[in-house]
Amino acid sequence: MITHTHRPLRVVLYEGTGCIALPTEARAKVMMTLLDKGYAVTRSGRGASAMPHDDCSLLVLGAFEGKAPALEDATGQITIDTRDITGLEPDAIISLVEKSRGDKPMNEPGKWKPWFPVIDYTRCTNCMQCLSFCLFDVYGVSEDNKIQVQNNDNCKTNCPACSRVCPEVAIMFPKYQGGPINGDEVNENEAKREKIKVDISSLLGGDIYSTLKDRSTAFKSRFSKERSADKALDERKKCLTKLVGDGFIPADVLASLPSTDEILKKAEAAKAKAAAALAAQ
Amino acid sequence: MSFVPTPSIRVPDTPTILYCRCAYAQVVPTGVKNEVLGKLCESSTSFETVADLCEMAAHRDPRLQAIASCAKLRIAACYPRAVRGLFQQAGSPLPENAEILNMRTQTAGEVTEALLQSQI
Ligand code: SF4
Ligand code: SF4
Repeated sequence: MITHTHRPLRVVLYEGTGCIALPTEARAKVMMTLLDKGYAVTRSGRGASAMPHDDCSLLVLGAFEGKAPALEDATGQITIDTRDITGLEPDAIISLVEKSRGDKPMNEPGKWKPWFPVIDYTRCTNCMQCLSFCLFDVYGVSEDNKIQVQNNDNCKTNCPACSRVCPEVAIMFPKYQGGPINGDEVNENEAKREKIKVDISSLLGGDIYSTLKDRSTAFKSRFSKERSADKALDERKKCLTKLVGDGFIPADVLASLPSTDEILKKAEAAKAKAAAALAAQ
Repeated sequence: MSFVPTPSIRVPDTPTILYCRCAYAQVVPTGVKNEVLGKLCESSTSFETVADLCEMAAHRDPRLQAIASCAKLRIAACYPRAVRGLFQQAGSPLPENAEILNMRTQTAGEVTEALLQSQI
C-alpha cells in the first residue's frame, strides 16, 4: 500500500525583480532549516530554469519592502500566498512559514525512515526470488508479470535481507551504508561472490549445503523441487538467523516474523505468484 | 495579479538544479550537503530543493513527476543508480540526460562546480 505524501506547501524564496535578496548566510539558514523540517523550497533568483509546479499551494516569501503583492495562479489550479519578509531574521521567517502552514499535516523527518527496496531494472532478470523470500508482502507482480515493490511501507526498517537473495545484485536500499546495496556501482566480481552467498541462503529449496556445491542444479530446482513445508520454514528461519548473527539485519525483524502457519501460507502464496509470473513470461 | 513561479530571468536551455537534503536518514555527510547548499545560496541562480527524495519516492509524491519532466536536470543527491531507481519505481523515470552528482562520494567543490557549470 502506498500512502501519499502530506506536503501542503511549496515554499518559494523569491529574490527576483522587485525584491531585495537576503544576505547569503540568512538565505542558507532559512533553506536548511525548512528542509530539515520537511519542506520543499524553491529559490527563485536568476539563471537555472524553474521546476514546473505540482498541485501544492505556494507560499512566496520575499523582501517586498512592505508591499507583498496579492498573486493568483494564472492557471487557476493552485493557491498562492505571499508574505513580506523585509527585515526578518531567519528564525522569524521560519515561524512565519510554520504559522502559514497552520495545522495542515506534513511528513516530517525524524518520525519515520524511508526504508524500502528499490529495484535496478537494468540488472533485474525477473527471477522472482525476492518475491518468494520476503515474508512481509513487500514485493508483488505487475499486470505484465514484472516484479514490483508494491508495499514499501511493510518493509522492516534497516533490514536489507532481500538484497542478499537477489542473484543479480539488483536490489538497492538507498539509505544503507555500504555498497553496492546503497546504489554504488556493482563490481562484477563481487556480484559473483554475492551469487554464491545467495545460494547458501537459498530459502526455498533442498539442502542448503548441496545447493552450495551445485549452484546450477539448485537454480533449476528452485521452483520445481518437491520439498516439505517444514524444511522450507526451517531454512528460511536459519537464513534469517544467520543474517541476524552477521549483523546484517536487525534482531527485531526476527521477533516480528509472522506465525509459523502464516509463514507457510505466505511462502505458498508467494511461490504460486512467482511461478505464475514466470510461466507467463 | 497573475503569477507563474519562474525565475526573474529565464535563460534558455539552462538546466534545472535540484538539491536533495537527505533529511530523513542522514546518509549524505552533513559537511558536504551543507557546503553544497551554502554554495548554491552564495550563487545568484535559481534552484529547487527537496527534503528527501527517498521519502518522496516511498509515497509516490506527484512532485517527482514534475521533476522528471524537466528537459535538463542536474541533481545533487547520492548514487546515480539509486536516484534513477527511486524515480523509476515511483513511476516517473528520469530522462537519460539527467546529470546526477553524488554527495556521498564527491567533494562539495566537485558537486557545486558541476551543478553551477556555465552559469556562475
Ligand atoms: S531477486 Fe533480483 S533479479 Fe530476481 S526478480 Fe528480484 S530484483 Fe529481480
Ligand atoms: S536520494 Fe540519496 S541523497 Fe536523497 S534522500 Fe535518498 S539516499 Fe538521501
